[in-house]
Amino acid sequence: MVHQAWSMEITKTGVIPLRAEHDIVFARQNVRRLSQEAGFGIVDQTKMVTAASELARNAVIYGQGGDLKWELLAEGLRKGLRLHFVDQGPGIPDVAQALTDGWTSGTGMGLGLSGAKRLVNDFQIATAPGQGTHVTITRWK
Amino acid sequence: MERIPILRMGQVLLVTIQVDMHDQLALQLQDDLTAEIQRRGSHGVLIDISALEMVDSFIGRMIANISAMSRMLDAETVLVGMRPAVAITLVELGLSLAGVHTALDVERGMKRLQAGLDGASGVVNGDH
Repeated sequence: MVHQAWSMEITKTGVIPLRAEHDIVFARQNVRRLSQEAGFGIVDQTKMVTAASELARNAVIYGQGGDLKWELLAEGLRKGLRLHFVDQGPGIPDVAQALTDGWTSGTGMGLGLSGAKRLVNDFQIATAPGQGTHVTITRWK
Repeated sequence: MERIPILRMGQVLLVTIQVDMHDQLALQLQDDLTAEIQRRGSHGVLIDISALEMVDSFIGRMIANISAMSRMLDAETVLVGMRPAVAITLVELGLSLAGVHTALDVERGMKRLQAGLDGASGVVNGDH
């Protein structure tokens, strides 16, 4: 095992179901509370909640439902929040296209993925046709 | 069914959004508001979002839609009370709400709408 001066720890974790539209509101409220627990200021809280709202909606509408797995992080004195949006939906055939502003497969404005990416410090996406979609976002205080 | 109330003040319709809106509620407001503009012959719509802690692309699109639909029904929309953190987030998200008039609070928004209404009637009166 490699010891670093500051190793990243997961201090708390949980799961919020994303099955129906009202779960998007519930997810927003929980991410607000977690952002406060991570010590985020009001602007960072708002960015994280907004990004979560976009990704939760994607999971419910396009991913046919899924889960939001959250992790409160600590790295030395730094605190952060990581959110995983996991669905078993049809997946995204062309990720580069899906990350383009204005591109939409549905009724949205096409800002969901690209917009969420701009609101966080780290953004990862793993998806393939028929394999579902797993988006991970992290924001540090 | 859950609904956001629409109040009438003279020629202006006033909507104060005080709940964390789920998507269906936002769509319902769009329908109710356009129906109310037509029914009342209103020329102004004031939407107060001072209680909203976040506006995502769905709610943003609903606001832009209401503004565009109202315009086609001869009513001007003014969005008031946006929190600074919401404004910062919306612009980073890529949603600048171009074409949507804004004011800092309800009072200034009403003044703006009233000036528009007076101006419109002034043109008619001044047309000799």
